[in-house]
Amino acid sequence: MEILLTLLSICAFFALYRALQGPSISDRVIAVDIMGVLFAGITALVGLKFNLSYLLDLSIVIAILSFLGTLALAKYLEGRSLDD
Amino acid sequence: MIETIGWIIIVIGVLFDLLGSLGLVRFPDLYNRMQAATKCVTLGTCGIMVGIFLITGFSSMGIKALICALFILFTMPVAAHALSRSSLIFGVKMWKGTVIDKLGEDKGREQIERDEKA
Repeated sequence: MEILLTLLSICAFFALYRALQGPSISDRVIAVDIMGVLFAGITALVGLKFNLSYLLDLSIVIAILSFLGTLALAKYLEGRSLDD
Repeated sequence: MIETIGWIIIVIGVLFDLLGSLGLVRFPDLYNRMQAATKCVTLGTCGIMVGIFLITGFSSMGIKALICALFILFTMPVAAHALSRSSLIFGVKMWKGTVIDKLGEDKGREQIERDEKA
């Protein structure tokens, strides 16, 4: 279990490297999106480890916020308003 | 038995996450990076959630994990498609070895037709 959490943390550090380093703004946006989904997985595994079922709710909320943020930034990059 | 299958699926999911994040670092282009990372991380995190569902069964944790897996499976491709299309319109350069560009061809064709009408 600790090995799995360590591997997922290494994945999150890879995504953080791309978010800091990325040449364009879309690289940063997709890196933050990937990092959000990885955090959802880490939260679910911690909830399984300590037998806390409310951490799965937190995981669903993290996934929803990552999705909405990516869609909003995609529409912003395309040059349209948010209610279009 | 079914708990063992759940742990195996969780380990496979974590390995997919690791390979997807490695692709996010190593690939040369925004679109390659987005394709590798989105597909692998979607399958990996869905694998983690399905493994948690198989371990805990129909408890509150298992049902929430299944809902989260379905949500990620439906929303990650939508987000990646919207972001890749908008970054192509925004003008992010492709890698120099890219061989096909359907949207750019379509936009070029529209531009030619508009010039012929004018």
